[in-house]
Amino acid sequence: MVIENIRNFSIIAHIDHGKSTLADRLLEYTGALSEREKQDQFLDKMDLERERGITIKAQTVRLNYRADDGRDYVLNLIDTPGHVDFTYEVSRSLAACEGGLLVVDSSQGVEAQTLANVYLALDNNLEVFPVLNKIDLPAAEPERVKQEIEEIIGIDAHDAVLASAKEGIGTREILEEIVKKIPPPQGDPARPLKALLFDSWYDQYQGVVILVRIIDGVLKKGDKILLMMNGSSYETLKVGVFAPVMREVPALSAGEVGFVIAGIKEVKDAKVGDTVTLLHNPCAAPLAGFKEVKPMVFSGLYPIDTVQYEQLRDALAKLKLNDASFSYEPETSLALGFGFRCGFLGLLHMEIIQERLEREFNLELITTAPTVVYRVHKVGGEVITIESANLLPPVQEIDHVEEPFILASIHVPNEFVGAILALCEEKRGVQREIKYLTPTRVMIVYELPLNEVVLDFYDRLKSISKGYASLDYEQLDYRRSELVRMNILINGEVVDALSLIIHRDKAYYRGRDLVSKMKELIPRQMFEVAIQAAIGTKVIARETVKAMRKDVLAKCYGGDITRKRKLLEKQKEGKKRMKNVGNVELPQEAFLAILKVE
Amino acid sequence: MDISLYIHFPFCLRKCLYCDFNSLAGSRIAPDAYVAAVVREMELRAERLPASAAAPTLYFGGGTPSLMEPDQVARLIEAAAKLFGLMDDAEVTIEANPGTLTLEKLAGYRAAGVNRLSLGVQSFSDEMLVFLGRVHTAREALDSFAAARAAGFANIGIDLIHSVPGETPAGWREELAQAVRLGPEHISAYALTVEEGTPFHLLEKEGQLPLPDEEEGVAMFRDTAALLRAAGYEHYEISNFARPGFRSRHNQLYWQRGNCLGFGAGAHSFLRSPAYGVRWRNSLSPEAYLQAVSRAVLAEEELTPLAERDAMAEFFFLGLRLLDGVAPAQFCREFGITVEEAYPGVLAQLLAEGLVETREGFVRLTGRGLDLANQVFVRFL
Repeated sequence: MVIENIRNFSIIAHIDHGKSTLADRLLEYTGALSEREKQDQFLDKMDLERERGITIKAQTVRLNYRADDGRDYVLNLIDTPGHVDFTYEVSRSLAACEGGLLVVDSSQGVEAQTLANVYLALDNNLEVFPVLNKIDLPAAEPERVKQEIEEIIGIDAHDAVLASAKEGIGTREILEEIVKKIPPPQGDPARPLKALLFDSWYDQYQGVVILVRIIDGVLKKGDKILLMMNGSSYETLKVGVFAPVMREVPALSAGEVGFVIAGIKEVKDAKVGDTVTLLHNPCAAPLAGFKEVKPMVFSGLYPIDTVQYEQLRDALAKLKLNDASFSYEPETSLALGFGFRCGFLGLLHMEIIQERLEREFNLELITTAPTVVYRVHKVGGEVITIESANLLPPVQEIDHVEEPFILASIHVPNEFVGAILALCEEKRGVQREIKYLTPTRVMIVYELPLNEVVLDFYDRLKSISKGYASLDYEQLDYRRSELVRMNILINGEVVDALSLIIHRDKAYYRGRDLVSKMKELIPRQMFEVAIQAAIGTKVIARETVKAMRKDVLAKCYGGDITRKRKLLEKQKEGKKRMKNVGNVELPQEAFLAILKVE
Repeated sequence: MDISLYIHFPFCLRKCLYCDFNSLAGSRIAPDAYVAAVVREMELRAERLPASAAAPTLYFGGGTPSLMEPDQVARLIEAAAKLFGLMDDAEVTIEANPGTLTLEKLAGYRAAGVNRLSLGVQSFSDEMLVFLGRVHTAREALDSFAAARAAGFANIGIDLIHSVPGETPAGWREELAQAVRLGPEHISAYALTVEEGTPFHLLEKEGQLPLPDEEEGVAMFRDTAALLRAAGYEHYEISNFARPGFRSRHNQLYWQRGNCLGFGAGAHSFLRSPAYGVRWRNSLSPEAYLQAVSRAVLAEEELTPLAERDAMAEFFFLGLRLLDGVAPAQFCREFGITVEEAYPGVLAQLLAEGLVETREGFVRLTGRGLDLANQVFVRFL
């Protein structure tokens, strides 16, 4: 394939703006997807992805297209993950492209997520051209959205393609634009191999599969390769492309995109952003931009039924095979028994992992409140990092504590500005900027402590903006804060799984709210249950669940027996799902209450 | 092998607002036809069952069995005696609602062989009776009771309901005092239970049923036991009280897991064998029941064979309803293992929590255990 006839592109879109459907249309139009293989949203492989309409792992597919100019082109569609937690992965996927389709819902307009990814694309010098999707909807306002794109993003949108992926409108025009507007890749096949690793995953039959974009040189089956940042070398067993199913090719050459299987055992050895070169003829320097991604948010995962501990461990190991950014290590809680402290890139990442554990591995889990990584400066000058409230040293040993801050950009229709500002202030935010992108759309930029964001910020943002607000964020720095550990005591016993690190000014309010919420959730027991929130030895809030006085069936005659046995069994089943803390039975919901405090 | 007998008469003048029993108002089925079907069912059952010892008890429940005429009751008793045998001193009970009774009718029941009357008084307050949806007045209940005595009934039980919306512990104590003055041999006092599918359940869901709070409920439950004991009644089951010698033999069989064959639409049966026993009931609908019987088919439904663990659970959650409690030695005889082997640590824990006590080889609920009986029962499931 001549390099001039290759086009590498990705689709940049907000969730729900129709990226996957559009990808399906491109596959269909170019014949990559036969009727038999046709399944909506081919690129989103996992059920979970399809259900949530988001992409977690990048996928890539090669399309063959004969353009109006009569020439045959190879178009590589490189799909990108679609969420704020995966910004780094997105940036590497974009780095493998020369161009991007900016897909904007013609009834909704530009969203924060889109904007963040467009900026990433422009940073990577991609040629970006707009596509207005869902043009068939009665609410479509292409002229307004074009104007918005020009004003907000600053790219020319006057000849934006009008499309409806759902109806198949505009597919050919998009393909023509890709050929005409996106430049062919640069690169020299004669130079030493230099390839960007932009995704990797574990396949149980073939080991780790990596996706690469060849920048320079040629990669063939049998080549000994070196992963430059990782420092490990392997022999290439297979090279190929997704068309859209895996197909081996003799070689991948400069400008091309494809997969490599090289007997790599674990995804942590095939990190996104690494540079692939030849062991015996390496390129001079690795590609710029490699970054080690580290978990930002931690939470404890515990099986409700302790017999599921082994199953949970195996399940975590399996997920880890496919996800280098996720971490876990054993943790013991007095209240919950044996479990794991897990690290995630962000909240969505956390939710996805939890959901997969429950759904794919049939586990019933208790999740502790998410926490961030704190820096504790001890009195002696030593600095430690902790990701669990239970690891916070005693007060007298602490000089001060620092917490991570993020820079959050929130896009929202102007009617919600007041409520969003109030939320950001409540969350200890520092205002950076309020910018009217258009007369009705506002971008609000705040510096926020991540610890406030991980609790319920996103949910509340969505609820107060009726779903219209979109959020993007990047890490800022660590800042000194008045942070304390708040404990929850049940009948005088600290429930370690409920401890949290919180700003001193918010402890009283949150403590009170939390104990009153827990009072509603803890069923009455045969004795009184005291729920207290405390900082150190100081109790800041207390509620009491009164003792159950009466629990008896008045009647039980011949006709009642089978039914009453079932009732008692149900009662017993309910007890089984509870966690015993001391002699108090706590339902799973009591552990989640901490996430739902307002 | 003793087998007790139960006959269900599923028809009522009107359905009470709290009732979830198999009972129907305004059926077109003629009582004679229904009675004939029950006799036929008894014949069918007797053909299939090996001969057994004469039945110690026969119980007419409902619905409102006192809607039957004495000759209909007589036919059923005769059939039962002929097909299964009735012990000479068998307890033969009929449930009756005030307002359906006359002296003549009661005398007829006596003549037919009924020797125990269970009278559905429910309350001595007309206001309460209206609220509950009962068809009779307090006056009629008192008259019925007097008529039963006059007809020669020396073993009368009455049913009362407490914890009704609007009721106070003081009001309930007054009801109990009236009951004691009336002087029945047996008193069943039930806390109103809101069952699914009843009009009360709907009201409760809409927040329209202001039930007494838990403290008041506990007080009424405790007062019942205290007042009736003081008046010479033995508290022998969670909701049942009797003068010495007048416990309901039939009902005790349910809690002691005795054999019982039920006849009629919706009647429940239990046999201790095969294996760990089996429970079933007849078709709920009288029409379906009649049709089945006319085709010489037993209308058995929900046949539930018990597993060992189910039988063990029943042993406790039924047996502990009796205030005499259960004998661990009997458990061992029935199941071949000790209670400790079957439920390690459970008895010790319950003793430590003050929910049960032991006396003379029996384990029984304490006062606290009675209030929280379900909390005890679930430990044996």
